[in-house]
Amino acid sequence: MARAAVRGRLSWTLGDVVELIDETPWVRTIALDVPEWAGHRAGQHVDVRLTAEDGYQAQRSYSIASAPEDDRLAITVEALPDGEVSSYLVGELRVGDKLELRGPIGGYFVWEADRTEPLLLVAGGSGMVPLMSMIRHRHAAGATVPAKLLFSSRAWEDVIYRDELERLASAGDGFAAIHTLTRMQPEGWTGYTRRVDAAMLSDVGWSASAMPASFVCGPTPFVEAVANALLLLGHAAPTIKTERFGPTGG
Amino acid sequence: MDDGALRVDGNALAGELSEVFSHEMTVARVACGGCGAVEQLGADHAYIQAPGMVLRCSHCDHVLLVITRTRDRLRLSLAGSKWIDL
Repeated sequence: MARAAVRGRLSWTLGDVVELIDETPWVRTIALDVPEWAGHRAGQHVDVRLTAEDGYQAQRSYSIASAPEDDRLAITVEALPDGEVSSYLVGELRVGDKLELRGPIGGYFVWEADRTEPLLLVAGGSGMVPLMSMIRHRHAAGATVPAKLLFSSRAWEDVIYRDELERLASAGDGFAAIHTLTRMQPEGWTGYTRRVDAAMLSDVGWSASAMPASFVCGPTPFVEAVANALLLLGHAAPTIKTERFGPTGG
Repeated sequence: MDDGALRVDGNALAGELSEVFSHEMTVARVACGGCGAVEQLGADHAYIQAPGMVLRCSHCDHVLLVITRTRDRLRLSLAGSKWIDL
């Protein structure tokens, strides 16, 4: 196990919004130029703080979507009903605005490209974001450790990073992306249509004997169902890393 | 909504803890003051919807750590943890 790194206490810094990419009607990627950014590890997150004119502050945590190798820091945000921070970030923020950030944060839910275990990534909705950082990192670092993504979305239109995932999966470097669409499927869809369960994980994932590293991210009930299914299939608890969104994220 | 749906991972406390500690705390090992189980902080359960943030043992639900914040102060209680290993 890696020792906890001593890196000094974190403070807030400013990033410049340089590009906004609409991934779906409700999900937007915010690309930032952060002059004082110290770099990050795939899977880490940042805190974003908004301050209103009257001094009221609200802060939320967002997973980093970009690879450590990328020039810009990118987060991907889903607009949630009544989410005071997320609705601003997805609906109001403009290129040229500044955003107050604290990070990178977290050392538990991270993956480095020099790891040798087969990789299983299981995402529910925008739980894809930190896993995308890992997939981009794996590709950018030229890693060939076999990796599988099982990605649960409501409909094909809701699949974030859809085109990029298809490109990466056809790169021939050992990465496969498997989708399940739980609410609506395009015509002729032959893939999964149900929620992730033990049978699906057994079909598409690695057997426990391969000692894979598993990362699971999504809403709390999704993450707990997947983690329990992996345990049921014989995977050891310490090999399953989870990140739960909770009910809002706001 | 039941408590289970409000549960997130200890990772969620990392930002607040990063203002207090110079170590990355989500990989610190925490021994529960209730049942004695030892987990990395990131693997314990966090509840962040309340005015404060609470870390609970993933085995017995014992409160390990509480962070409360006012406009200009942060209070950290570690009374529920036996020890924290960095």
